[in-house]
Amino acid sequence: MITGILAFVALASFFGLVLGLSAVIFKVESSPVVDQIDTLLPQTQCGQCSFAGCHQYAQAIASGDAPINKCPPGGDNLIQSLADLLDVEALPLDETEAAHSGPIVAVIIEDTCIGCTLCIQACPVDAILGAAKQMHTVIENECTGCELCVAPCPVDCIEMIPIKQTISNWRWPEPQYHTNNQAASTIYTTLDQVLAENTQA
Amino acid sequence: MNEYFLLLVSTIFVNNFVLVKFLGLCPFMGSSRKLEVATGMALATTFVLTLSSASSYLVNTYILLPLEIEYLRTIAFILVIAAVVNFTEMVVHKTSPMLYQVLGMFLPLITTNCAVLGVALLNVQTGYGFFESVLFGFGAAIGFSLVMILFASIRERLAVADVPEIFQGAPIGLITAGIMAIAFLGFAGLDKGLH
Repeated sequence: MITGILAFVALASFFGLVLGLSAVIFKVESSPVVDQIDTLLPQTQCGQCSFAGCHQYAQAIASGDAPINKCPPGGDNLIQSLADLLDVEALPLDETEAAHSGPIVAVIIEDTCIGCTLCIQACPVDAILGAAKQMHTVIENECTGCELCVAPCPVDCIEMIPIKQTISNWRWPEPQYHTNNQAASTIYTTLDQVLAENTQA
Repeated sequence: MNEYFLLLVSTIFVNNFVLVKFLGLCPFMGSSRKLEVATGMALATTFVLTLSSASSYLVNTYILLPLEIEYLRTIAFILVIAAVVNFTEMVVHKTSPMLYQVLGMFLPLITTNCAVLGVALLNVQTGYGFFESVLFGFGAAIGFSLVMILFASIRERLAVADVPEIFQGAPIGLITAGIMAIAFLGFAGLDKGLH
């Protein structure tokens, strides 16, 4: 038993020494603001803020890329303390993940529509059906979500709503070009040129 | 050589740590909602498991056995694994910011994972040598990564599927995991030549 105690004391102090020394030797200077924000965050690494982890979210807050109200586990307390720390307004908790970045589609509230045909003239893809003094409607599959029909409507009966994701329209996220952005655009330009030449011929 | 290959197949498919031995279920359910996160977790686990099976073998053979304090094995392994992983994390943070961004936040999380300790203890129980221990740890980690990435891919689609209300969220996740576990039972017997 004494051997056990001694061995563990030795082992633990060895590791303590190594870790303590390496904390000094391998010290990484990081932004103090990010560190302060990071200490406030709950460190659950849950990803509900749409960032990969708490530290990434802290970085985004510090650089001003993300609002302070994206952390459901932290709740109102966290938002309050972040607002105090950064000296900004406290916002209500925002639980909508990556708010409406997906495709949207126009919908006509048919009860309010007066049948003025203004939106039909505005629609660039002929996705709106209807006649004068008749109620209009949007063909959902044709609508590109360009929002051109919203402004002309005199009774404000057109709403843009996000398309709900279902298993049939779900896609893997598109690859993001970080370093070879140039290469990708070159490929597209070449393709466009080829297409244009073909049409001329 | 054949023996090593069988050991690898056995730990990846037949005795998969998550779906057959039911170890490491916490990160399996917890961080499999997004494929990106799951991949990071899988990479970090591969790293930690390989490292920990090597270090725990060394501690067991050169400290615990000579001093006859094998009964302190569990706590010794926890201590060693935690210390080694922390040390590696600091080194990685300093030397390779890119790698740290991928693995960084997961490393401390999985230090205390039951799969990590499970691999270390199973190594000793089965009496593996150094190379076999490392291979066993690596195989277990590859098995974990495989299941993790498969499950995350399923869950990304599951999130938008039309699931009955009472099954939404965790229940359908657990049912999916169960079905995957049944599928993995199909590998049983592939490692017949082992031992």
